Amino acid sequence: MTTTSARPAVTPPAGTRAEIPAKTLRTDRWWLEPALTVLGLTVWLAYGLVHIAMQRWYFAEGPGYSYLTPFYSPCVNNGCVPESAHFGRFVPDWPLIPYALLSLPFLLLFRLTCYYYRRAYYRSFWLSPPACAVPDGHKAYTGETRFPLIFQNLHRYVFYAAVVISLINTYDLILSFHGTEGFGFGLGNVVLGVNVVLLWAYTVSCHSCRHIMGGRLKHFSAHPIRYRAWTFISMLNTQHKELAWITLGTLALTDFYVMAVAADWISDLRFIN
Amino acid sequence: MGALRRFKVWRGDKAGGQLEDFKVEVNEGEVVLDILHRLQATQTPDLAVRWNCKAGKCGSCSMEVNGMPRLGCMTRMSTFAEDETVTVTPLRTFPVIRDLVTDVSFNYEKARDMPAFAPPSGVAPGEYRMQQVDVERSQEFRKCIECFLCQTTCHVVRDHDENKKAFAGPRYFIRAAELDMHPLDAKTDRKDFAHEQQGLGYCNITKCCTEVCPEHIKITDNAIIPMKERVVDNRYDPLVWLGRKIFRRDQLPAQAPAPHPVVAPRQPPPPRVGTHHIPLGVIWHKPQPDGLEAEVGPDGKMPLTEVTFDRAGAASPFGDNVTFPLPPDSLNYQHPKSDD
Ligand code: SF4
Ligand code: SF4
Ligand code: FES
Ligand code: FES
Repeated sequence: MTTTSARPAVTPPAGTRAEIPAKTLRTDRWWLEPALTVLGLTVWLAYGLVHIAMQRWYFAEGPGYSYLTPFYSPCVNNGCVPESAHFGRFVPDWPLIPYALLSLPFLLLFRLTCYYYRRAYYRSFWLSPPACAVPDGHKAYTGETRFPLIFQNLHRYVFYAAVVISLINTYDLILSFHGTEGFGFGLGNVVLGVNVVLLWAYTVSCHSCRHIMGGRLKHFSAHPIRYRAWTFISMLNTQHKELAWITLGTLALTDFYVMAVAADWISDLRFIN
Repeated sequence: MGALRRFKVWRGDKAGGQLEDFKVEVNEGEVVLDILHRLQATQTPDLAVRWNCKAGKCGSCSMEVNGMPRLGCMTRMSTFAEDETVTVTPLRTFPVIRDLVTDVSFNYEKARDMPAFAPPSGVAPGEYRMQQVDVERSQEFRKCIECFLCQTTCHVVRDHDENKKAFAGPRYFIRAAELDMHPLDAKTDRKDFAHEQQGLGYCNITKCCTEVCPEHIKITDNAIIPMKERVVDNRYDPLVWLGRKIFRRDQLPAQAPAPHPVVAPRQPPPPRVGTHHIPLGVIWHKPQPDGLEAEVGPDGKMPLTEVTFDRAGAASPFGDNVTFPLPPDSLNYQHPKSDD
């Protein structure tokens, strides 16, 4: 038997949602990821702040090496060891001014406005939303439409700055092969090198970079070289989240290695000289 | 016979409702939708649930299973532990009609607000030529099955109903990106539309839409973030603005460049000498009918659903009177005869 049902009213009166008292019915451990994010970022920031505030153990020099940690590069403060200041010293020495005054604010902004970190801290620190289908922790929400979050749109500029800083880090890497008595090669160079390569990978895989290099085009076929660049960046870009975390790790490790050598806790493993 | 498993299914309508407990048989290889059908067949003949294809391609069976928006027909029972209670609820973001069926008109209204593909001038339907590399970004978004799982998950409207007016949702951000990246689309203000009308700025790229999309469309990475970057080009980036002024590269705000010179300027037809030795080839001057606009209702808009309209879906951007495929005698290309 067939039943004919009346067609529903075309525009039903402004409806109400299903009455489900539970805020979320998720049964998995959705809170784990935001919790780990908070933990990871907090530990990293605390470590970074402590070493930046110490203003020592940032430069290790020997007969065949001169390692400068990325947290102090470029060292532009009057308090910097002269050999570590590759770009001159012109910032007053004062305990609250970080030695790498020119790069740290931009590095911080770069990561703060990064599309991945935005996702990470909106979810974990700001609970907006803590996880998918778990309610937002806030009454009202305007997203990135107003001050201050509208400034997230300036990520691209900070990306330009980050490219410059990556160049400086690369320059530091080249200089690190040179010590008081000339050329050398040791484990520290490898550590610095791995860090620089991964920093480039993170920087290049940036969404803004992907857009600038080719994403903004309407006709890839008319720009074959930019299309290839875009394809390559798109490939890296799928790993942007991983690179974001890996580079946090390598930055901290590199910094710690240089600190340990500079503080004479360990001695650098030398391969040549 | 399979094992009995415990289920909680939301039953009710807009006046209220509750989760009801059931014990249902579950066999190997079954999906949540199968269980709902077994419920209908055995215990609750009046349970309302939408479905069509049972193959993850029609986008009808969207529901929330253990709190996560999913397709009922693609959620395998084997992903739950034997002793786990499976909770099935309607989509939370949209008004409920009955049981698991919600009223998703919000999405159709947003779809209607989206300007359709704008045909480029000077190229008639049937003359379009595009290169694969130019269309493949847009093609990813054509995989969308309109299940609206992304729409229901997005916290911008899920947790803040008041944003529904200003926010179109991820499904329509991929539509915006699809058209803005389309090599032949002639509309130039899509970025402004996304920014001003669709509320792109409300999205905080937390990627839940990407997490739930059953078609695995990279909504955030490939549509929303590129659209945000395109809006930055237009509105927030003085360097690009300056570069445009200096080098006069007006690529972004200006018309999309004429894609490829496949379309020759219209000229008088070459004189025909004889019939056999000149291949007919492409006839660029073929007259094309002017498209007629679709009828709109008293509110100046097209009807929302096929219930009140003579067809499913939006009107054709080529005009209401142009049907596809074009009749062969109005095509602009004729294959040379085999004896030529
Ligand atoms: S990424 Fe944006 S559109 Fe997607 S769910 Fe999150 S806020 Fe909504
Ligand atoms: S984008 Fe994905 S989740 Fe959203 S409606 Fe389309 S298929 Fe569904
Ligand atoms: S650095 Fe993460 S998106 Fe730019
Ligand atoms: S029934 Fe078609 S997608 Fe599930």
